[in-house]
Formats: sequence, C-alpha cells, structure tokens
Amino acid sequence: MTKIIVDDTEIEVSPELTILQACEEAGAEIPRFCFHERLSIAGNCRMCLVEVKGAPKPVASCAMNVRDLRPGPEGQPPVVFTRTPLVKKAREGVMEFLLINHPLDCPICDQGGECDLQDQAMAYGVDSSRFHENKRAVEDKYIGPLVKTIMTRCIHCTRCIRFATEVAGVPELGAIGRGEDMEITTYLESAMTSELQGNVIDLCPVGALTSAPYAFQARPWELNKTESIDVMDALCANIRVDSRDTEVMRILPRTHEEVNEEWISDKSRFVWDGIRSQRLDRPYLRENGRLRPASWPEAFAAIAERVKASGPERIGAIAGDLAGVEEMFALKDLMGRLGTGHIDCRQDGARLDPALGRASYLFNATVAGIEDADAILIVGSNPRLECPVLNARIRKTWLASGGAVPVGLVLGDQPDLTYPYQHLGAGPDSLAGLTGSKDFGKALKQAARPLIVVGQGALAREDGAAVMAEAARLAREVGAVAPKADPDWNGLSILHTAAARVGGLDIGFVPGTGGRDVAAMLAPGALDIVYLLGADEITVPEGPFVIYQGSHGDRGAHRADVILPGAAFTEKSATFVNTEGRVQVTRRSVFPPGDAREDWAILRALSDPLGHKLPYDSLAALRAALYEAHPHLAALDGIAPGEATAADAAAERRGKLAKLAFKSTIEDFYLSNAVARASTVMAQLSAMALERQTLEAAE
Amino acid sequence: MLADKDRIFTNIYGQDDWRLKGAMRRGAWSNTKDILAHGHDWVTEQVKASGLRGRGGAGFPTGLKWSFMPKEVGERPHYLVVNADESEPGTCKDRDIMRHEPHQLIEGCLIASFAMRAHACYIYVRGEFIRERERLQAAIDEAYEAGLIGKNNKNGWDFDCYVHHGAGAYICGEETALLESLEGKKGLPRLKPPFPANTGLYGCPTTVNNVESIAVVPEILRRGAPWFAALGKPNNTGTKLFCISGHVNRPCNVEEEMGIPFRELIERHAGGVRGGWDNLLAVIPGGSSVPCIPAETCQNLPMDFDSLREAKSGLGTAAVIVMDRSTDIVKAISRIAYFYKHESCGQCTPCREGTGWMWRVLERMAEGNAEKREIDMLLDVTYQVEGHTICALGDAAAWPVQGLIRHFRGEIERRIDQYTANAGAPMPAAAE
Repeated sequence: MTKIIVDDTEIEVSPELTILQACEEAGAEIPRFCFHERLSIAGNCRMCLVEVKGAPKPVASCAMNVRDLRPGPEGQPPVVFTRTPLVKKAREGVMEFLLINHPLDCPICDQGGECDLQDQAMAYGVDSSRFHENKRAVEDKYIGPLVKTIMTRCIHCTRCIRFATEVAGVPELGAIGRGEDMEITTYLESAMTSELQGNVIDLCPVGALTSAPYAFQARPWELNKTESIDVMDALCANIRVDSRDTEVMRILPRTHEEVNEEWISDKSRFVWDGIRSQRLDRPYLRENGRLRPASWPEAFAAIAERVKASGPERIGAIAGDLAGVEEMFALKDLMGRLGTGHIDCRQDGARLDPALGRASYLFNATVAGIEDADAILIVGSNPRLECPVLNARIRKTWLASGGAVPVGLVLGDQPDLTYPYQHLGAGPDSLAGLTGSKDFGKALKQAARPLIVVGQGALAREDGAAVMAEAARLAREVGAVAPKADPDWNGLSILHTAAARVGGLDIGFVPGTGGRDVAAMLAPGALDIVYLLGADEITVPEGPFVIYQGSHGDRGAHRADVILPGAAFTEKSATFVNTEGRVQVTRRSVFPPGDAREDWAILRALSDPLGHKLPYDSLAALRAALYEAHPHLAALDGIAPGEATAADAAAERRGKLAKLAFKSTIEDFYLSNAVARASTVMAQLSAMALERQTLEAAE
Repeated sequence: MLADKDRIFTNIYGQDDWRLKGAMRRGAWSNTKDILAHGHDWVTEQVKASGLRGRGGAGFPTGLKWSFMPKEVGERPHYLVVNADESEPGTCKDRDIMRHEPHQLIEGCLIASFAMRAHACYIYVRGEFIRERERLQAAIDEAYEAGLIGKNNKNGWDFDCYVHHGAGAYICGEETALLESLEGKKGLPRLKPPFPANTGLYGCPTTVNNVESIAVVPEILRRGAPWFAALGKPNNTGTKLFCISGHVNRPCNVEEEMGIPFRELIERHAGGVRGGWDNLLAVIPGGSSVPCIPAETCQNLPMDFDSLREAKSGLGTAAVIVMDRSTDIVKAISRIAYFYKHESCGQCTPCREGTGWMWRVLERMAEGNAEKREIDMLLDVTYQVEGHTICALGDAAAWPVQGLIRHFRGEIERRIDQYTANAGAPMPAAAE
C-alpha cells in the first residue's frame, strides 16, 4: 500500500491501482468514456485528465498507475488534484472536442436519458458552440441484426473493439481509417458472430451502438425496472427487466461479480420479443382432435375425470427447463399425494442422481472459481453454446494467465471456443488414458487446482453414469477434489444447460421408489396421463393423455390434451438454482397475459378438484413449506457446497462405456427453449448461424 | 563555420562511393573492435560525455537515453530500433545518410546495440523511401558478407540488423507507434509509462533512436567525446545536419556546427534568401511542427536547441524552411495544419477532433472569411490540443498555429478586414 493525496485527502491505496481508481477511493469522481474496469486500458478519450503535482502536463488518470507517480522531493506522497481550474479547463476542452462532431440527436436517440456523453456534458459542457464548420457525418454500418449503428454519434472510445477482442474473444470489430476519418466497423460490414455481442450496446457510452430490436420502442425513464434472474441457460445471469404497462420492453444485465460480472448472452438479452408471442393466454381442451378454448373449471374438470379413471401408477410428471423450484415442489407434492413416483426433471435424460449428494451435480468449482483454475478439462460440452458468459470466464482465465492455463476438450467436434485448446478425443475412451499418455494429462496432474467441466453431452446418454464415474475417477486421480494445495477446491464441475435443473435435483424431482424416469415414462403404453410442467424438449408418443402447463405454445402444447396457461419467467417470482448451486429468485415484472396464472397457483387450484388440496394458499406459505423441506434454498444468493465425497460415490458407479462421441446437447444456441423459439429475433439469428455454418462447410 | 576536418558525414552529397570500400576509405569500420573492447558502459559514458542530443526532434540526451536500459540482460532480450521513418515536412537528412553514408549508420547500430547489450537492431524505414531501403539493405548485406556484423563477426559482438519497411504513415515516426507498427499492428502510439526502455518492442527493453543520432556515434567514439563536446555550445554540442529548403537560392543539406547563426547558415550554404535578406518573411527552423519565427528575430539567431527554445520555437530536426515575402503565410500554416489533420491517427480525442477544426478555421482565415474573435478562439483550441494527447502529434499540430497567431495576427486581421470590406460591396446583379 502506498500513500497518495487526492485533493487534500490522504489515502492509502494499492500501488497497482490506476490514479482514476485511487481518486475514486478518495471520493473524487473522475469522468471517463473509454475506461472500463473489465477492459484493457486505451487512454484515448482524455476525459479523465487530472493534475499531478510536478507533472508538466495533465495526466490521463485511467492510464497511469499509482506506482508510477513520483514522490515529492522529501519523500512526500504524490499529490493529485481533480478539481483545479487546469483540470476543469482540460476536461471542458475534451468535452468540447467530443461534442463538435457529435450530432444533436438526443431527442431522437435511443441512448437519450442513459447516455454518458449527455450526463457528462451537463458537468463539463458549455451552453453554446464555438464550432462553425460543417459537422462530420459517418455512414452507418451493418454489423448484424442485434446492434444498430448510428456511427455519426461515435466518439471512438474503442470499448466495443476491446470487448469483442478481449472478452468475447471474437475480434470482429475494428477501426478503419485514421484521424477524424476513423470509423468503427466489422470486416466488410459482415454481421458479428459472437453470442455476447449485445454487451457492446451497454458498453457504448453514446448512442452509436444501440439495440436494434428495441429501436424507438421506449424511453428509459418511462420503463419500470425489475431486478430479476435470467433462465435462458444454467448460469442464471442477473438481469434487469425493463417493462412498460403489460409488456417487457428490454432486458439488461445486472452486475453480479460471482455469476455474470456484467455480461449476458444475446439469448438472454434479446429474447424479450419471445415473451410476448406464442403465448398461452387461456386454458384449452382437445375435443375431436382439435384444441378449443376452455375455462379453468372446464379444464380442471377434464383433468380430474381422467385422473379418477386412471390408477396412480399410470400417472407421471415431467418438469421442463424453465420451471421454477416452487412449481416443481408443488407438482412433486401433488404427484406424491396422488400416489405416483413417476416424476423426473431431467428432460434430456442426464444420468445425474441426487442421491449421490449435491456435489455430484453441481458446478462445484463455482463460476468465479474458474479464475482460480490452472488447468481446465472440458468433457462433452461446448460451453460457448451452452453458457456463453461462463465460456467468457474460461477465456478470461486463459487470457489472464497469458495463455499459460492449458485447456483440453473431449468432444465429438472441435468448435471455436474463443480460446485455444487441445482436442484430446471424441468419446469416453479418451478419458481413460488421459493422465498417462498426453502432455495435457501431465499438466492436469501437476495443476494445483485442476478444473474438470463435465457437460450434459457426456451425461445425457445411455452410459452417462459410467462417464460420470470415469470423470470422477479422473478428478480423484489428478487431485481435482480437495487437493492438498487447497482442500476447499472441488474441481469436478457439472455444467448444466437448463436453469431449472439444479433446482429440480435439489428438491428431488426424480423418480421415487419404483418410479420411472423420462425415457421410461415416454415408452409407448407406459402411462395414461403425462403432466408436462413446461417440458418442451421431449416428444410424447401417441397414447397418454397429456396435460401441458406452461407459458408458450410450443412442442408440449401442440401435443397436449389440456393446456393450462402459466407464467413466463418475467411474470412470476420463482426460485432458480444455477449450475453452481446458487439460489436466486426472479421477480414479477409484468402480469401473465389473459387468463394465464402463476404456475404454483395453477397447481394449487388443480389440487382441489383432484381431491388432494395442497396445504398452501400463498406463495409465502409454499415457500415456508419448501424451505422447511430444503433449508438451503432459503439462503438467497448463497451456495450450499456439496460434500466432496460425492465424487467418490459417483466414481463407484462404473459401467460399460459406449464407443460414441460426445455431442453437445445444445444443437441450436438461439432456439434452445420455448421462449427463444417464440422469438423472431432468435429465429433470425438461428437462420444466420445456420447459413454461416453452411458457408463454412462449403469452404 | 565547421572546418572540413570536423565533418562527420564526408559523403553526404554522394560524390564518393557509398559502398563498403568507399566507406572504409573514409574511415568507417576502421577500429570498431577497439571501441567495443572498452566495454558496454564506456561507450554509453562517452556518448554522455559528448553531449550528443537526439537528432529526431526532441533533443533528448542520447547517452542518458541509453543508460535507461537495464544494465543486465534478463529474461527478455534488448533491442535497438532505429527510427528512419523520416516524414517531418522539410526534413531530408536521414534519407541522405541512408543513401550516401549507410555504413556509418550500420556501424553506429552495432556500437549502440553493443552499448545497450542488444543483439538485434531494427531499422524502420519510411514507406516512401524505396531506393533508400534498397541501398541500406545492400550495405547491410555487404557488412554481413565482410563479417562486420552477424553471428561471430570480426567485431566480437553478435549482431543482426534488419530493415523494416513502413507503409508511409507519419505517425509511425512516433517511437511507440513505430514499435506497434513494427510488431505488425496498427500504428497507434502507446500510453507512457511504461516507457520503451522498460517495455518496448515485443514487451522487451528497447531504445528508439533517430538515424542521425546513431550514425554520428562511431565518429564520436573514434575522435573522442571531447572533440564532439568542443564543437557548438555547452549543452548543444557537436555538428548537425541542417536541411535548408524553401525560398533560398540553393536549397541543400549541410552539416554545420550547432549554434551557427541563422543568417550565416543560409547565406554561406544556401546562397541566401531569394531576393536578398530583406525579402525574408519568416522561418520555420526545425521542421513543420515548430512555430515559425519572423524575420526580425532571425538575424543573429543561433541555431541550437536552447536558443531556439528561448525564441519560442525549436530546433526540431533542423529542417530550416525559409519563407520570403511572397509567401502566403496563413495559407502556408493552413497547409501544415492540413498535414497534421491528415496524419492524425485518430486514437485520442483532442488531436482527432482538434486538428480538423484548426485546419478548417485556418482555411477560412487564409481567405479572410472569419471573424476577429475567432483568432483567439483558434489560439484557445490549440491550447486545448497541446499537452492533452497521448503522443506529441497533438503538440506538433498546435505549435505552428500558435506561432502564426503569435507573430502574424496582424496579417490575419488585415485579411479579415479586407474580406469584410469586399463583402459590403454590392454584388453584381444577375443578368436576367
């Protein structure tokens, strides 16, 4: 720690801090455009100039470390001024330069009201212009359907370039030309391909890069902002849902250092148009092969009739990928009361067994813990598609180490993960000899904190339990579980693809004694009644009577005999447990459309006609029961770590390994769930990705 | 006036053979091995003692710069980079060194690399210098062939010399932009600190020197630092190549003693101002980036770093641009402003936006299509650019404009008056 004096305030700061950060610690606010905590330092906007005692010129505070400041002649701490006339004049000068070629678009600019330039012009701008020349105009660029460009507004801070190059790892943005003719663009104005490109909209301090789907939809000050949780992948990124009246207008990331930092994937950000369309807004009943609108009592009566006619062993329930813990808990409760053990939340058929302990299905290393790993093995997963933000964290780890952290991949194909990796094989047989033969195995063994990421592509298959056993055995062998260097480290980490999965496993939404799993339930003639709680990724065969409860008219609803309209994740308060076991809660931003209701309430209402009234009349009462049964769910934003012994238990379940290559369970990133499939933006992106693949394959 | 015996560049006009044979006849490579035998630090100390200041424009003491390099080679190799991206308008001295005295430069590279414990040197040649690059490369090939440089050479210090050809951007003459360009990236100046002596080319300790600074070193060491230090004035020692251009009778490159009075310089070597001394309007004494000086102050003006600094200008690269009374001084400075606007890299705000603004206002002022209060506004804009940028290009763009307003405000005002007076005259009616 070194001492530094900022405007008469003496503070002690770490010498690695930049002057800008040190000034902020001292309580002085420094304006900035190009500086961003999570990006490299460009030092080009010159807005953060401060005066350093003894320096001949004002200093860009973002670009100089406290370490580089010279002490006074008698060893006094360095002195920084942030409020002197010199500083004010310098910043006003920079602000004037930024504004002379910036259009007066504010009234028609989507950034208006949340624009850094606007805000800082209030502090450092002057009321009139001295610039009487023609303003510069820049042609807009096409950089894809998500990010709209109005390049005349660009102030050349290069945040977007640095984000694409550093965080997203897809260096598609760059600056062409020089001087005042410098322009930001993609190569030949091709569309960006990153799954994280939407973040450049947030990073852009002005209105040069704005959200294309949101263009001219709303002004920031007329939106209701609700802090919530994203459910598009198992990371459960923290988001802010902005809504107006009954509609979600946009989704923005919220900072959570442990989860998503401040990034979200494009699927999370732009899926909001899917929340509006294809909605189930009233109950339906199938009559003579066609679905007809019905009332709630009619729908319940039809269900009750079928349930009474059928034995409990002929009823099963499957929970989908977007289901909250509350509704799964209520459904499990109801099924239990009906006397059936045929319940399952593992739509994809992943061979994960909560009986082995919580650590057998969590991302035990934690998302933030990825940064502590010094060797990473990815088995049966394409993290870039399954969880782009988590993949960016792996890239960050690799980048921060200067490329020293080795990454290995065992997967059938060799996708671009945005960081280099060694492809160690395609299927489970590559795991067995991994430590002995290849240099990656050696690196993994020598690592102090090895991380083994096991994806659903390795587990959702016939030999999933055996693969898990193999991975657990490998983890023990390389010291990934409780190594000597760090007994708290558990590097055996399961990467889920569904937001609902860990929550479902936590409450034991898996077949009870004698219960059937998803595959067995869907076997022809196995059941008379299947209750789908938003389960859209499966195909129910002809035969059983299907009750579909969910928000969107997707695969499940098409097959349904009764449709009970539920709420989407922005319309209810529901608990989700992310892949690392973090308990988080969504908040209601808007009401469900039409007759749709919150899912737990539908189950509670249905339980009455079925003769097994659930004993909770409010969400609070349900949660009380839930927390009593599963106390760890009460600790919001907490992770109840699993016992490391789960790895041993998993390693015991050895079996025959198939000679089949691992394949990521996410085939189409943009269309991986019912909400995304209802979104036109996602459909467009999916089509573009497909076209790109075709072109690449043709080359 | 510099005596012929004190000249360092004896073949600057290319009358003699530029090849190794000719260079050796003139003294190059004669006792390089003995010089190196004195040790790394001795060389640096000698250069320090000679008082040599960098010839690239800023005039930073060369020996001191070398001493910033780490004393021991650690994990990272050391590099010498020679800045041959001579693009400052008016400057053409490095070009002639490369054409006619390439071996002095190569020998200098070897000695400087030895002093800084570098085994590799990169010479970054300006994009437009095609023949110069070819000749330099030919000279390097000769030196390799003769075993003067390369692995296990006669001089006892393993040394490789590479010529890199730029693409013709002025900004790549800025040392950190040059390093970026050399690494294959876009030529954008880096933030300092860290300085190149710590983190330079490929993140390794690097010193970037001008061609002339390096080319004079062998001769200084051969003749001894006191010889060099005795020439010129204290703190402004030695000889310097002056590039005299503009309205003189015989524009030329000439090696002269530092501190030579301006009038003597141009009258003795360049045949005087076109139309006589009284026809002199102004002088830009150090390349386009320094402020101009009006004729009145030129008479006995000593041409060295400190004297010109006192005259609120600078020696820069010693590219003396002489302008007689036929010059449209406002237009001339406007043209310089256009150059800087064109060459600004666009990385940081004040330079990117300010250079274009200054140029546009000056264009109007050259016609008189401006208001008098805009003169002060323009001056204010130059101060907003100066010192607020990442590299010195912002300063270089601001100084000529400041010089113009400082010395020729009356001329600008006169034009504005004239323009306004004409504006009042009735416009000829359209023929209907």
